[in-house]
Amino acid sequence: MPKRTDLEKILIIGSGPIIIGQACEFDYSGAQACKALRAEGYRVVLINSNPATIMTDPELADQTYIEPLSVAYAAEVIRKERPDAVLSTVGGQTALNLAVELAESGVLDEYGVELIGAKIDAIKKAEDRLLFKDAMRKIGLDMTQSQLVNNVEAGLAFAERIGYPVILRPSFTMGGTGGGIAYNREDLVEILERGIDLSPVHEVLVEESVLGWKEYELEVMRDLAGNGIIVCSIENFDPMGVHTGDSITVAPAQTLTDREYQMMRDAALRCLNEIGVDTGGSNVQFAIDPANGRMVIVEMNPRVSRSSALASKATGFPIAKIAAKLAVGYRLDEIRNDITRATPACFEPTIDYVVVKIPRWQFEKFPGAEPVLGTQMKSVGEVMAIGRTFKQALGKGLRSLETGKSSSRAALNPVLINKRLITPNPERLDYMRFAFEQGYSIEDVQEMTHIDPWFLRQISEVVAEEQSLLGRTLDSISKKEFRKLKRDGLGDRQIAEVMGAEPMQVRAARKKLGIEAVFNRVDTCAAEFESFTPYLYSSYESEDESDPTDRRKVMILGSGPNRIGQGIEFDYCCCHASFALQDFGYESIMVNCNPETVSTDYDTSDRLYFEPLTQEEVLNIYDREKPDGVIVQFGGQTPLNLAMPLKHLGVPIIGTDPSNIDLAEDRKLFGKLLADLKIPSPPHGTATSIEEACETALRLGFPVLVRPSYVLGGRAMVIAYNEDTVRRYMQEATSFSVKRPVLIDRFLEDATEVDVDALCDGENVLIAGIMEHIEEAGVHSGDSSCVLPQISLKPDVIRTIEDYTARLALALNVIGLMNVQYAIKNDTVYVLEVNPRASRTVPFVGKATGVPLPKLAVGLMLGKKLDEFKHLTGGIVNGRLPVSHYFVKSPVFPFAKFPGVDPALGPEMRSTGEVMGVGETFGEAFAKAQLAAGTPIPDSGALFISVNDRDKPAAVAVAAKFREFGFELFATRGTAAALKHANLPCKTVFKVNEGRPNAVDLLKAGKLNLVIYTTTGSHSFPDEQTIRRNAVTYRTPCITTMSGAKAAVEAVASRRRDPIRIWSLQELHASETVQATNA
Amino acid sequence: MDQAVLALEDGSIFEGTSFGAPVESAGEVVFNTAITGYQEIFTDPSYCGQIVVLTNPQIGNYGANAADCESASPYIEGLVVREISPVASNWRSSDKAEHFLAQYGIPVIADVDTRRLVRLLRERGALRGVIATGEQNLEELVQRARSAPTMAGQNLVSRVTTAEVYSWTKGVEPVSPSEKGLPAESPRFHVVAYDYGIKRNILRHLVQIGSKLTVVPAATSAEDVLALKPDGVFLSNGPGDPEPLERQSAQVRKLIGKVPVFGICLGHQILGLAFGGKTYKLKFGHHGANHPVLNKHTGKVEITSQNHGFCVDPDSLRDSDVEITHMNLNDNTVEGMRHRNEPVFCVQYHPEAAPGPHDSHYLFRDFAKLMEESKR
Repeated sequence: MPKRTDLEKILIIGSGPIIIGQACEFDYSGAQACKALRAEGYRVVLINSNPATIMTDPELADQTYIEPLSVAYAAEVIRKERPDAVLSTVGGQTALNLAVELAESGVLDEYGVELIGAKIDAIKKAEDRLLFKDAMRKIGLDMTQSQLVNNVEAGLAFAERIGYPVILRPSFTMGGTGGGIAYNREDLVEILERGIDLSPVHEVLVEESVLGWKEYELEVMRDLAGNGIIVCSIENFDPMGVHTGDSITVAPAQTLTDREYQMMRDAALRCLNEIGVDTGGSNVQFAIDPANGRMVIVEMNPRVSRSSALASKATGFPIAKIAAKLAVGYRLDEIRNDITRATPACFEPTIDYVVVKIPRWQFEKFPGAEPVLGTQMKSVGEVMAIGRTFKQALGKGLRSLETGKSSSRAALNPVLINKRLITPNPERLDYMRFAFEQGYSIEDVQEMTHIDPWFLRQISEVVAEEQSLLGRTLDSISKKEFRKLKRDGLGDRQIAEVMGAEPMQVRAARKKLGIEAVFNRVDTCAAEFESFTPYLYSSYESEDESDPTDRRKVMILGSGPNRIGQGIEFDYCCCHASFALQDFGYESIMVNCNPETVSTDYDTSDRLYFEPLTQEEVLNIYDREKPDGVIVQFGGQTPLNLAMPLKHLGVPIIGTDPSNIDLAEDRKLFGKLLADLKIPSPPHGTATSIEEACETALRLGFPVLVRPSYVLGGRAMVIAYNEDTVRRYMQEATSFSVKRPVLIDRFLEDATEVDVDALCDGENVLIAGIMEHIEEAGVHSGDSSCVLPQISLKPDVIRTIEDYTARLALALNVIGLMNVQYAIKNDTVYVLEVNPRASRTVPFVGKATGVPLPKLAVGLMLGKKLDEFKHLTGGIVNGRLPVSHYFVKSPVFPFAKFPGVDPALGPEMRSTGEVMGVGETFGEAFAKAQLAAGTPIPDSGALFISVNDRDKPAAVAVAAKFREFGFELFATRGTAAALKHANLPCKTVFKVNEGRPNAVDLLKAGKLNLVIYTTTGSHSFPDEQTIRRNAVTYRTPCITTMSGAKAAVEAVASRRRDPIRIWSLQELHASETVQATNA
Repeated sequence: MDQAVLALEDGSIFEGTSFGAPVESAGEVVFNTAITGYQEIFTDPSYCGQIVVLTNPQIGNYGANAADCESASPYIEGLVVREISPVASNWRSSDKAEHFLAQYGIPVIADVDTRRLVRLLRERGALRGVIATGEQNLEELVQRARSAPTMAGQNLVSRVTTAEVYSWTKGVEPVSPSEKGLPAESPRFHVVAYDYGIKRNILRHLVQIGSKLTVVPAATSAEDVLALKPDGVFLSNGPGDPEPLERQSAQVRKLIGKVPVFGICLGHQILGLAFGGKTYKLKFGHHGANHPVLNKHTGKVEITSQNHGFCVDPDSLRDSDVEITHMNLNDNTVEGMRHRNEPVFCVQYHPEAAPGPHDSHYLFRDFAKLMEESKR
């Protein structure tokens, strides 16, 4: 069947902001789908609220709507664009859910829009537990036994029948609250009673436990003709009980015989068939009892998923791209395999290497949340590593994580070994290695972890190899031994640390023996056919397949695993760097290790090296490719950390000189520069010891902002109002890193914060955007909403900002991008921070202004000048880019995933993603951004407000506005008094410890629609935390700053005043081009 | 650990570590790209005369067990892998893979850069080679590789076929509580299977469709077969070049039209010769479990298990009564044929899988249907 000709225009739904469990893998899949469908000649309309995505670049679709992924806005897009079909299977669960809502609300029928990919019945069958169970039973597939009960007796009876332990899952509680594992009758009664009470419908699912079973996943593709293939099998290192997203996973499956694998393959294909997935990719998860091979099907997703991204990168088979083609009618055998060119896509990739994925967690950012892993995903990112063997891949994967730990000697506590092995947690692998060092046997570790002994043996062998180096010298290592060490994945740094040497000495020693990395290709076919795609990984084999060209070329260092503070925005910039290089006639070489990203798509760059971003691995590639330049300023902190060492080794870093990047981070040098330029900054100092820190703080005057140098995302940053806090902070900080000093700044309370992105060619400075933060200084810039253009800054303040920015850029000799953060207090502009590199806000500013900032930056790095890009900037070379509307960027937080964590905003960044809202007024843009971020501001209902004394005057003004809008007001005692004093009628509500019914009771009862609850400044009381926490639990939007509250007033006004309006990027920027041309 | 070396006829040397039996062994070096199923590969008689390189770098992880044997013992001449597991981890495992091979005297060379070897074989075609252990004179080894017999023209079937006629009654038995295949149908056909190197899973699947099986040696005459009054005759897989098997193709020619015939792999090639066609040697053969085959009747694609170095030339059958029913989508080679007027069909690939996908099990049912029809 060739492609369908009855379709002309197709709407693709994106996945929205990056959240835990739904990250940039859907930018990858969505971008692939957009490209594939347009290449087939379809007109593509896209809706996605996330501006930091490649898929929302105006070049990728005919009409791009960065609008909230809600039924109302999607319906408006459909009404306006009249697509023939909606493709819902490439935007994760968000897109799938929205597609279902659009179908159920009648919008699709009303406009005659067809759902392609997965039909509504198939989606429901896969998603509804009971329907799924029936479907699987029908085709003879085993599932775990389970029963919904509403009383303890029924639960006991069921548990007796299936045997203990059993898993208990209360229905409809957030994050599995109230659930647990019952190992015996007593546990069951206790947990069940609590669960029935906590469940809003008083129901608990009692389920057979498959904890400790082996877990597998198959990536399946199917076409309309019914052809089905398995793209990849994945085996979880961590057994059942840990969410797949939190498991280390391995491809292909390592411990299944063909007999068992084919049984699983048959089951997966039957499952897709029964669920009714017409076309596309799905993943099916299985659990296998290691004792007897009993296999149960765990779940299936009728869409591309995080695992499909992993499977695509692991095999070179582009699942999303092919899924999009299948959705428009192609058959698998009609699509070519891009890599071999000669063979069709209708085959099952086979691989001659091992792929390991390792999750990246950040529990340290969520004090109060217990760092244990379970059935709810907690990781914020992941790395993938390719090696010829499991050991090699695991070693590379651990290096890719950039946790700063290279071996298990990093401060592990022997007393904790058993505990850390038994309960899954982020440090389990470290403790496993540690346990082997301490003499634990494979049987011991297996008993505690239930991890397959094959994996444990591999790890124990590497530990033994490492141990065998203790007390030896480098020149005692033979060539054969060195070759084995490298083949088994040991990093130069790891070897150096064990032997008390320097990594470069290890490198020199092995090179002298001829032990050097070579590069192998990912080719989908284990070398059976020739590969035309330079998708490479390093190994220590005997033949190099990299085949470098003699073109002009530039290597881009990517940003590694997603982390809070270093996310998709940087991948976005790296991809654009690559596109720009290609445009400028250079070969682009990408180096990255994050499987979720567009940058690691083999289509993005001319050449892709899927490698850890370490000095060792980057140098290996450099030695082989000899690029003309290396770009470090787009990938966030990861490549910047490598910049100076690489420069010293003679690697040509292009753009801003790494020493100037360093200078901006160096307090003393930078302080001097500011003084020379006569640009004010908050009084500041540095400290390396507790005493020094306290002295400095006292000298500067409280409150002070304390933070380590060289971090992104405000890691371990606090505002200290007294010496005690400083002391406590320093005690913890010195345990992290002693090498680099702690920075201490005088904290400017209630200042307005501003982010500026600019481009500089060494002569001219183009200001791309001045973004005013909604939240006041003190809230991390990544966690604050911001608006473009600025809304409250006076003209001379803006002029000052422009002046400072230009002078700073020239003084630092910036070539490329620069970001400056300012605080404005009493109309004085203070510089907080200068980062001569791409910032988190670059994609947002690019989308708002319509100017491709990374492209310009790359041009500048290659020696071009700003005046060569007038056609892209509307003729502006020296000055500020205009914007036609209001654009608000709002953060999205993972608080719902971390029970017990206070959602109050602070200097430590905790948001995982962002959305953009567009409007004719600030209020409209902010309301849309908040809706898109999942915290919609209501237009009516009940407002609960509680503020500290300092905020009371402002709170009265805000409350009066809400009152005008017809909101009912609730307040805690002090705030209520202030409101009543201002003649605002309001109900007084108890705080939690004052009696009942209290604020939490009202939240639980669903009586409150909006919460404004500011912090008391120095630290927050348990009581306020509880209320804010419950607002998150009961999904009531909760604003924790006064500036946020004021913005909310404007949002409500807009919601009550403005119709639902949408603008595509193409419309927004077409008008600008016209304006620019006219001007 | 002892060192081992693989020397090829083109002079290439691959160094590695010795596992399995520390003996010298020669054969044609071929690579198989299947990810799972090494034990089935070891014990497939079609590999007689061949040293097998597995592209999956981690071999031996799940050990070895009695149920996964495709014949009484391994037939490969030697095994080349990137890494062989020192442990066996699987509830079905009763032995380590390396021990399993050692006990049958088969050498294993591990720690080899198998990717380089595969790329070499892809470029140069299948090459003869020798695996040897310990200190060796490499030039002499290369010489020995060069003097190893070539596959073309060699009659390997006589080495692997059964000496005696035997019957087979076992169907497919589940190995896990979740493997819920249908029970074997009660015997309603008498099938005579020519053993050119037959795999057990073919026998099991023939039992599944309701066959009472008599397995006969490769040299059995058509008359003797017909005297057994079969409802159908099955032509099995087997090693090497079909061309020297003139006697076999002559016997098969006599069966056409007298009894339904189904052939797999070498059986398919022998049918090709019996139809009057020709066969030729592929550069490096098809050995793997991911080959897409188009069924020209249904238009559907089957992912198939394959293991052959020779192939039927479709041009040689252009004027015959033979219809090409299946085609390989990677290289458009012939994968299945059917006689237009007589109940005879065959496939080049392995519908019994083991190892490999089960997409083509239907062919056994097709055979049953054919026998049923001609019974009426």
